[in-house]
Amino acid sequence: MRKTVFLGTVAVAGMAAGMAAATTLEDVKARGSLNCGVNTGLVGFASPNANGEWEGFDVGVCRAVAAAVLGDPTAIQFVPTTGKTRFTALASGEIDVLARNTTWTFSRDTDLKFEFVGINYYDGQGFMVPKELGVTSAKELGGATICIQTGTTTELNLADYFRKNNMDYEPVPIETDNEAQQQYLAGACDAYTTDASGLAAVRATFENPSDHVILPEIVSKEPLGPLVRHGDSEWGDIVRWTLNALVAAEELNISSANVKELAEAGTDNPEMNRLLGTEGNLGEMIGLESDWAVNAIAAAGNYGELFEKNIGENTPIGLARGLNAQWTEGGLIYSPPFR
Amino acid sequence: MSDTHAQFAFVRSKMLPEAPPPASERGAAKWVRQNFFSSTINTVMTIFVFVVVIQIALTVVPWLANGVWSGSSLSDCREALAGETGACFAVLSERWNQLLFGFQYPSELYWRPLAAFLLLFVAIAPVLFQKYVPSKMLIFTALYPFIAFFLIWGGSLLTPVLALAGFVVGYFVYTKLVAQSFALGFFGGLFAALAFWILSGYLPVEGILAIEPVESREIGGFMLNLILGTVCVSLSIPFGIALALGRQSSMPIIKWICVVFIEFIRGVPLITLLFVANVVLAYFLPPGTNFDLILRVIIMITMFASAYIAEVIRGGLAALPRGQYEAANSLGLDYAQSMRLIILPQALKISIPGIVNVAVGLFKDTTLVSVISMFDLVGMIRGPISSSQEWNGVYWELFLAAGLLFFVTCYGISQYSQWLERELRTDHR
Amino acid sequence: MTTLSDPPRESFRLSMLLNDTRYRSYTLQFIALVLLLLLFGYLASNLVTNLADQGQNISYKFLGEPAGYDINQRPIPYDSQSTHMRAAIVGVLNTLIVSVLGCITATILGVLAGVARLSPNWLLRKLMSVYVEIFRNIPVFIWILIIFAIMAAAMPAPRAFRGEDPEASPLFGIIALTNRGVYIPKPILENGSGIVFAVFLLSIVGVFFYRRYARNLLFNTGKLLPTFWPTLGILFLPALLVYFALGMPIGWEIPELKGFNFQGGVQIRGSLIALWLALGIYTGAFVAENVRAGIQAVSAGQTEAAAALGLRPRRIMNLVILPQALRVIIPPLISQYLNLTKNSSLAIAVGYMDITGTLGGITLNQTGRAIEAILLLMLFYLAISLGISAIMNAYNNAMKLKER
Repeated sequence: MRKTVFLGTVAVAGMAAGMAAATTLEDVKARGSLNCGVNTGLVGFASPNANGEWEGFDVGVCRAVAAAVLGDPTAIQFVPTTGKTRFTALASGEIDVLARNTTWTFSRDTDLKFEFVGINYYDGQGFMVPKELGVTSAKELGGATICIQTGTTTELNLADYFRKNNMDYEPVPIETDNEAQQQYLAGACDAYTTDASGLAAVRATFENPSDHVILPEIVSKEPLGPLVRHGDSEWGDIVRWTLNALVAAEELNISSANVKELAEAGTDNPEMNRLLGTEGNLGEMIGLESDWAVNAIAAAGNYGELFEKNIGENTPIGLARGLNAQWTEGGLIYSPPFR
Repeated sequence: MSDTHAQFAFVRSKMLPEAPPPASERGAAKWVRQNFFSSTINTVMTIFVFVVVIQIALTVVPWLANGVWSGSSLSDCREALAGETGACFAVLSERWNQLLFGFQYPSELYWRPLAAFLLLFVAIAPVLFQKYVPSKMLIFTALYPFIAFFLIWGGSLLTPVLALAGFVVGYFVYTKLVAQSFALGFFGGLFAALAFWILSGYLPVEGILAIEPVESREIGGFMLNLILGTVCVSLSIPFGIALALGRQSSMPIIKWICVVFIEFIRGVPLITLLFVANVVLAYFLPPGTNFDLILRVIIMITMFASAYIAEVIRGGLAALPRGQYEAANSLGLDYAQSMRLIILPQALKISIPGIVNVAVGLFKDTTLVSVISMFDLVGMIRGPISSSQEWNGVYWELFLAAGLLFFVTCYGISQYSQWLERELRTDHR
Repeated sequence: MTTLSDPPRESFRLSMLLNDTRYRSYTLQFIALVLLLLLFGYLASNLVTNLADQGQNISYKFLGEPAGYDINQRPIPYDSQSTHMRAAIVGVLNTLIVSVLGCITATILGVLAGVARLSPNWLLRKLMSVYVEIFRNIPVFIWILIIFAIMAAAMPAPRAFRGEDPEASPLFGIIALTNRGVYIPKPILENGSGIVFAVFLLSIVGVFFYRRYARNLLFNTGKLLPTFWPTLGILFLPALLVYFALGMPIGWEIPELKGFNFQGGVQIRGSLIALWLALGIYTGAFVAENVRAGIQAVSAGQTEAAAALGLRPRRIMNLVILPQALRVIIPPLISQYLNLTKNSSLAIAVGYMDITGTLGGITLNQTGRAIEAILLLMLFYLAISLGISAIMNAYNNAMKLKER
């Protein structure tokens, strides 16, 4: 009985602390830390390193939000979520923002009552096959056994693609990336399918990466982005514009290296000044300090820096910018104006 | 008759010394023959088993012997092995602390859970070895939960002290009131303790006599399995007793509540209860409430274990001779007294082996929390370690280590249980 | 209650509710009921508020919508346009399939290992206790993962069967063991196959009658008829005769490597085999302990008495030891079956699409209907275990020692 009641009080105390409802922004400020839902481990996007610190592309977005809201990129609690638990965690208020390479779809936005604040990575589902199989197109995969990582939209896309092309296949759904790779490498599957970014990351860790080819077909659109709950638009705005600030910063050549300097010295570019809070009152409009964007950019770097550091061509994952280049360079990354 | 000796020359006058049994009937030869080659079937079996064992050894031994113990990534191992088969134990030497403590527990504080773990043996000794350890040690056992909480979670010393004080207050009220009736004393004590805790909740304890606090989320690895196992088993024993008594009760409503609870919990897999803890429970709590996943999981596993322990204790209650119940009644003891003084001490004693079995099973089942994104030992292996750039692709070595850790713990507990069964056996077979 | 010595009836006072043992139980039950209702009311009201806050509702309509995903092992026709309901049913059937297979394997392994632990052969005895201890003391979840990995690593991939001089070849030319599963020949039923089956069924009935006849003869006249060979003969000879007489109406479809995979035949998938073996071997270790305990529970005097009556060792086992040991073995055996069925929910680890994988996995992920899906999941497992418990209780009642 002893410990029961004791833990009960701990629970009551914990509940009392969480009870202070109101808006998410006030909650976060009162708590002094941001609860951010991330993947349980996907190299490049969110995974703990050898020292136990979370790092990755999605993690960078979380850090930027924490820096913008609280001024401290480390005031953050990372909550690892699985495909199954992520939406409930967000709906129940366990996390304030979910940045877990989640695809923006109609039903998630409307039926599940979430608000996708933007797209931080344009992805698509692809296939990887061993080179010795001699397959050059996904259209030749009729009758193949295909390993899928479950818990995403992958199963649905795969079913749609094979149905559309009137081929049959044998799905082997596997829960974790690691086990799926193991099956694939042992030849228990002919092909491995997941988001193209994931395929590149997986291939990079193989003993002989050159023995495997990623097929040219991209069978789905996977716009990945952070999301928040419906019904708290102010909070949604904060996350959306933090993301936009990172994107705009790259376009305006503001980086983590020069952001402090530029903010202190001021510039000739009015939009830069507005973004950096030296002109106008954008921070006040969004309910934050005037240097919110400076903090966000200083914490994580601009969009381009985040990309290069975590998943870019110089990392083992080695993704090219492609669709994720700035619109000025032929990509889709585009921030609405800061005005 | 006396002179037969003289008549027959061949009569032996002296006893021959005892001859040793034939070579095939003694020592190693006999043992080998009896155990390996006593019949045709037996011989065939021996050869078959021998071949199987050799086959397994031929695959496993070189792999173990060639193992690489140093290196910082799988490619280092591959380089060191240069194409030969061999294990990459470097992952164990590099990530050993993560396997034990999870990846977020501050490394300079590892001594604290370690100390709590060692003290656990001191605390549990008087319960497990009643005959050999002075019963005064039970005081330490009673204090242990607070010490362990303080060591693992840190924070202000006042938190566990106040929690303990609540029990003292409750016990004090109980002794005052128990003279009138047990129920009054029990509930009086309970309310007094609750009132004390709620009041003390308003005290500003933060930072007073504090050591560095660690959040529940930062706990992981094998430590998480051990914490879940010990906490849930010890919490579930009182609940299990209550449920078992409730199931035997003559009051139909109480009885049916207990029966439905026990049968429901025993009928569903633990994994669905964990899904409930992780995914559904939040919907049933007041809006805006949200408490630790680890606490939610503890609640669910405790419910799960209580139902199983209730069944074990019910078995113990049923095994007591009816005479014990009747004797208690005829002494004029009321229900609470007869249970407390006569029935439960005996029933609990015979259920201990069963409880230990449930505990082992439960401890093994704590690995399931990895399915709901908690980083216990298996969760660490399947999550952060396997998905890291350096160790992606390492598999057998990690599961070998995990299996070993569990085997040592569970085998130890089950050996204890067998020893206890021998101790408790009163018949002379 | 009315006897002559009854004191004059005391008027009812409120304090009697607590102090009078006649009323106290009613008070306590009333309090318990009220508390329970309050708790449920509290939880329900929270649920309603939370759902309203998030603009969600409880609805089972999603069960009627197309599932959109494919399942590899389909005991009933199913494609990605079938409903979530149908996906759930496929999951239920898959759960039942792996559970039944696992239970059979666990029983066979358990009985063999349990008897082997009492064998005179030291090597065998020790090997079996190593097996039992290793499997009992390591979590089943770890075993499932390990066996799945062993399957993938130790068996050849289908591509190893390809080429002029393949690295692997099918067993006896008809059974292909690959790391995607085992492919076995599939019977093709042609005209007349019904007759063969009918004859076989009749043979089974025939065996039953023959055995009864043999037993009656033994009891009435003491004449002992052989049973083993005649049984085998009655069982197979007529069916085989009819089979050849009708010109072999049952053909076999041999699996062949075509394209990526073996085509034709029956595929037993790797995920099924891994889960089946893991559950079977794990539970088998527990069954072995039950069997050993059951046999040891029969006192040695019984064996000696039977031997003194002149029974031979096999008959001692069949007629004296086993009937008594079974009474001890069966109840824990059934609860092991129950555990195995519940443990089959770990199928998600190997991608076997059981009910937890379909309804509690992909369906839950895609629709976000967590409460509904998990509730249905729990009800299903509850129904199974209540069913098994009912069987167990019926068995226990039937087997109870009839005491006079």
